Parts: sequence; C-alpha cells; structure tokens
Amino acid sequence: MHLMEVHHLKKYFATQKAVDDISFSIEKGTIFGLLGPNGAGKTTLLRMLTGIFYPDEGEIIFDGKKFDPLQHIQQIGYMPEERGLYKKMKIGEQAVYLAQLKGLSKTEAIKRIKEWFIRFEMQTWWNKKVEDLSKGMGQKLQFVTTILHEPKLIILDEPFSGLDPVNSNLIKEEIFNLAAKGCTIIFSTHRMEQVEEICNKIILLNKGTKILDGAVDEVKQQFKGHLFQIGFEHFPALSDDPAFEIVESRQHALIVRINQGYSPNHVLRYFISQDAGIVSFHEILPSLNDIFIKLVEGTPVTRQFESVNT
Amino acid sequence: MNKIWIIIQREYFTRVKKKSFLITTLLVPIVFVGFYAAIIAITISGSSEAQKVAVIDEGGLFDGKIQTSDKDKTVYTFITNDNEKSFRKKYKQQQYSSFLYIPPIDINKPSGIRLHSKSAVSLATKSKIERRVNQAIEEERMGIAMIDPEKYKAISSDVSIDNTIESENGEKKSVAGVAYGVSFFGGILIYMILMIYGTMVMRGVMEEKTNRIAEVLISSVKPFQLMMGKIIGIGGVGLTQFAIWIIIMVLLQFLIPLVIPDMFEQMAQQGMNAQAENQSRTQNMLLTVTEGLKSIPVGLILACFVFYFIGGYLMYASLFAAVGSVVSEDQQEAQQLVFPIIMPIILGFVIMAKAATDPDSSLAVFGSLFPLTSPIVMMGRITYGVPWWQLGLSMLLLVLTFLLFTWLTAKIYRTGILMYGKKITWKEMSKWAFRRS
Repeated sequence: MHLMEVHHLKKYFATQKAVDDISFSIEKGTIFGLLGPNGAGKTTLLRMLTGIFYPDEGEIIFDGKKFDPLQHIQQIGYMPEERGLYKKMKIGEQAVYLAQLKGLSKTEAIKRIKEWFIRFEMQTWWNKKVEDLSKGMGQKLQFVTTILHEPKLIILDEPFSGLDPVNSNLIKEEIFNLAAKGCTIIFSTHRMEQVEEICNKIILLNKGTKILDGAVDEVKQQFKGHLFQIGFEHFPALSDDPAFEIVESRQHALIVRINQGYSPNHVLRYFISQDAGIVSFHEILPSLNDIFIKLVEGTPVTRQFESVNT
Repeated sequence: MNKIWIIIQREYFTRVKKKSFLITTLLVPIVFVGFYAAIIAITISGSSEAQKVAVIDEGGLFDGKIQTSDKDKTVYTFITNDNEKSFRKKYKQQQYSSFLYIPPIDINKPSGIRLHSKSAVSLATKSKIERRVNQAIEEERMGIAMIDPEKYKAISSDVSIDNTIESENGEKKSVAGVAYGVSFFGGILIYMILMIYGTMVMRGVMEEKTNRIAEVLISSVKPFQLMMGKIIGIGGVGLTQFAIWIIIMVLLQFLIPLVIPDMFEQMAQQGMNAQAENQSRTQNMLLTVTEGLKSIPVGLILACFVFYFIGGYLMYASLFAAVGSVVSEDQQEAQQLVFPIIMPIILGFVIMAKAATDPDSSLAVFGSLFPLTSPIVMMGRITYGVPWWQLGLSMLLLVLTFLLFTWLTAKIYRTGILMYGKKITWKEMSKWAFRRS
C-alpha cells in the first residue's frame, strides 16, 4: 500500500526547471531518502508535497486520494531545512501554538508536549525563550513540534545538522520508532552515511529530474564495480590473468576487479593454484557516497540559470 | 476559520503581554495629561502665592486705593514718604515681591510706569497689574471727557455672531473653531494609527520571514490565514491601546481636580478678577466651546472614527504586509519599498489639514472619496456635516478597495514569504499580484 504516489510532477520557475517530470511512490511505514546535490530541486519538491507550492503539472496521490492541502495538511509534519521559531516566544507556548495550528486542542497539545519534553530531557525549558537555546537544542524542539500531532507522513529536511552525536542518536532512535509504528518518513539530506544507515528506499535528484530510484541494497548492487578484496597470509607472486585486474595492492591484501565473463571462482582458483595463503575474500560494494559522486559528477557544482520554454 | 482565530490570539497576546506595550499604553496618556497640566500650571503660577506689591503713586492715579476682590491674594501697599530711587533698594527688605512706580503722567500719553521686581514677574501678575492701571487711566479719562462710567458700560458692546446651518436634520449652530479642532484631531489620530500599526504589521511579517518560521507555519495554515491573522491581531492591539487611552484620559480628567484642586480654583479666580467686560468674554468663550461641542454630532463622529480606523487600517495593513513579505533582512530595502505606501498617507494628512479649514473645497471632497486618503480626510470633514451620499460612497469605495488590496496582496505575500536572497522590485510584485491562481 502506497502512502504517497507522485506522477509526472513539474514545477517551473522563471529561470529554472526546478522539478521536471518526477514520479515515484512511497510505501507506508518506510523511511524514504530524498537525495541530491544543492539546487537539485529537493526543497521545491518537498514544498509541493506539503502543499506550500502548487505543481504546474502532474498529480500527487496521498493515502489513496488526490492530495488536497487543506484536508491532508494535518496528517503531514514538515521540518524544513531552515529552522524557524519565534525567537522571543516562550518555548512551551510556542510548541502549543504550533500544535494548535496542526489541529490539536490546547489541553491535548500541552499533554503531549510534556511527554515529549520528558523524553528528550527538556522539562526545564518550558518558560525559556528560543533565543536562549543553542542551535542543537532548537533542533530538538523543532523535531518535537514536527511530530507532535502524530502525522502519517513526516518530512525531515536535514534533521541532523547541528546536532552532536548523542542527540543525533536520540533523534535517529525516534525516527526508527515512528517508522515501526507505521509512520512514513521522507528524509532529505546530503549525508550519505546517514542515508545508508536509516533509509529503506532512495531517489536521487539532479537538475530537477530523477536519476536514481530504488532500495538501498538494490542500488548498491546496480552500481557495484565488481571489486573484491582478498587478504593473504603472505603475498603471492603475481602474473597476468584474463579473469581479473589488480586495482590496488596493499601489504597483506589485494583489491581486484573481476572482468566481464568471469566469476569470483575464477579468481580464487587462480590464487589457490598459486598456493597463496588466502585469509579473506569479500566483495566491495560502492558506498552511496561513491554512487552519488559518480552520478552527479560532471555537472557543475552550482546550477546555472537556464531559460525555460513553457 | 478556527486557525485564523488561533493566529489572531497569538499575535494579540504576545504583543499585549509585552512590557513595552504596557509602558507605552500607560505612559502616553500620563505624559499627555502631564504636559497639559504643566502648561496650565505654568500659566497660572504667578498668582499661586500671595503677592505683596508696593506702590509709589506720584501721578496720583489711584487716589491711594486699589480695588481688590476677596479672592485676589495680591496686597497693594501705598508708600508715600519715599521716592523711586531710594525705595528700589529697600522694597526687598520690607518683604514686597515687587514695586510699582507711577510717575507724574500726562493722562493722554501715559508713559514711564514701571514695575520693579526681584525676578521676572509672571505673565498673569503683570497683566493683572496692567489691567488695574488701565482701568484707572480709563476712569480718569472718562472724568475728563465728562462721561459717566455707568453710561459707558451700558453703551459698550461685545457681540459674537452665531453661524446657523440649515440642513436636512434641522437647524444647528456651527462653531468653526471647535469643529476645526475636533476634525484635525480625528484626522491626526487616523494618520497615527495607519503609520504605527501599519509598520507594526510589516515588522511582524519580516520577523516571520527572517526567522524562517514562515515555512513551518505555511505547511500548517494557508498564507492568507497567516496574513489575515496577523493583521486582525495587531488591529486588536491597536483598538485595545486606544480603548485604554480613552479610559485613562477620562479618568484623569476626573482625577486631576481631586489631586490638584487649587489649579481649577485659581483658574476660576482668574476669571473673577478680570474686568467685567473681560469676564463676559471668557464666559462667552466657554459657552461657545460647550455649545460648539453640543453642535457636533458626537455619535456620528465616533461611529465614523471606528469605521475609518478599521477600514483604513485593514486596507493599509495588507499593503504593509505585502512589503514585509518581500523584504529579506535588509532594513534599507524595506524603507525603499514602503515609501510608495507612506506617500498617500502623508498626502491624506496634507489634504486633511486643508479640509479641516475648508471642508467643501473640491480637493477635500475628492480626498474624502478617494479610498487611499479617505480615512484621514473624511475625519477632517465629518464635523462640518457631510452629505450622506458622499459619506456612503466614501465608505463603499473604502470597503471595495480593502477587498481588492487584500486579494492582490495575499498573492504577493504567498510568493514573497518563501523567497529569499533576491531583491524584489515593485514590478515583480505587481506581476505576482496579477498572476492567475
């Protein structure tokens, strides 16, 4: 069952095709990674998914129905990349206000906020002002206000920026908890190691179009370079073999690329015939970081303005 | 609708609970009334203590007697065995506050009358003594001209002309001065409201944008709700502030006489001491003012004030909100963009100043119909009586303009509030405003 389906979504601005014909779907209860370099169109896409922007073309299906911002907005929690809170307002009042705007009653909001504050060890903050908070503390508060109304879909744009490892883990745990409870989470970031750790499925955007879509494992398989690391007790004598090429040699290990038409068996057979003392043999899968760089490489670091003919 | 209400509450209460709100709300009327009281106190201060005045009457003007009334605390003492030169050095030791010297004078060309004092005498004291001297000279002259003082009093005349206007509502007295004052005051109030609360709306929108909270809020509510919530909330702050001011003013009016009863007594006394002729003039003045106030349709003015307050504020606030939404962080940019909005407000003020003196000129009529200036200008005209069709048309135009502006500015606001880093021009804003959907 898909919580959200996006069909041929387009949004053109005067100088840019910010989102150009993007389609994807998100399963209920998954953590969905939205990746892309700066200016790829992530924020614009997220703003359409939260009803802030209307798409020029295409449609969004939310929970089986056509997405109607007025009706569905209550079931979405959005934490934008640029954090924003009223600096002069007391933290407790602010959280209550934001929760009320999401449709919670005042008493219910206060009850839930107190629970979350205890959970995040923020009890003493209630009467402090936001301007007294550190960046990381503000981040935690923002996270609480995003998920307080128990939305079906939670959209987090760079949720870990500015957080120390302890608080990062705290938030990460909560993200897993929410997913386990059936929440669907869209997670937008540049930090690939977090994506590998957290996400089930990813899409990669570049220049407003989708260039990659799939489960993290699948993607890695798709982009693997047929690289293997072989560990030796003592270094073997080497000669050319059609089955593989040596990419890198280390003190007690070799990294080899297996050529087309050959399998790991060929490689192992060769080294066994050399009577090399093999201690380990494993495949090196590319990290998402490598995949990301490989796909995005070659495009200019900053996106140029282009003319749009609509 | 419910969400707008939540936003209104936040906008209202965060501002009303601020210390600065409390301070300005309480301080302004106190400063105002204090200032007013100080002016009165200064003008009457001269007669606040008993004065002892020595008189050397070489000209024989007073025949050794100056009439004083019971309430006048000034005591005149005639010194007969001394001259100006030597007494000048002595009057201080003899506890006189001042000393009046009247040389032998030609009754037709009196000159050389001098008042010596330790320090400058108050205006009130000086004029009081001058009155006595003039009175004495006049009596003297009347004697020479063989005029019976009683007859003279009977002949002299002091007439003021009443202006009566025939309107559909029957006859009423018009009092130009009072109407002018009330008109001008009403116009200035509306002008201040537009400026103060308009910029407050603009700053509020800018705060939301620069704090980047706008994006969070707009994922919960529609931009239009956010904008209207802010405008209505701040309008409520304005109404509250004005209501408190009016209450405090009224209370102080009652309180001041209790706290400083002397002040009013002395004011009354001042009137009593005046010459009969003068007295009747003062009484006339008071009568004119009270009658003038009666002639003004207070209910209509109040109703119009509230209407133009709300209508003008709503119309301009939406413009200020639109400007606030396109500005990012740069104060100077805000000033540039806000200039075209402030222009018509100032223009309205200028026309109002003219309309308060000449309410039926074509400029005043135009200004009171043109919606950008009508809230201010109409307040300047309303005390003089405005034809019903003009009032109705003015109000209708104002409401229509408010609706149009809100519709257009909401679109600018929606785009601008999420736009960062780019300098927006009026041209771009108008493009957003007239874009479909």
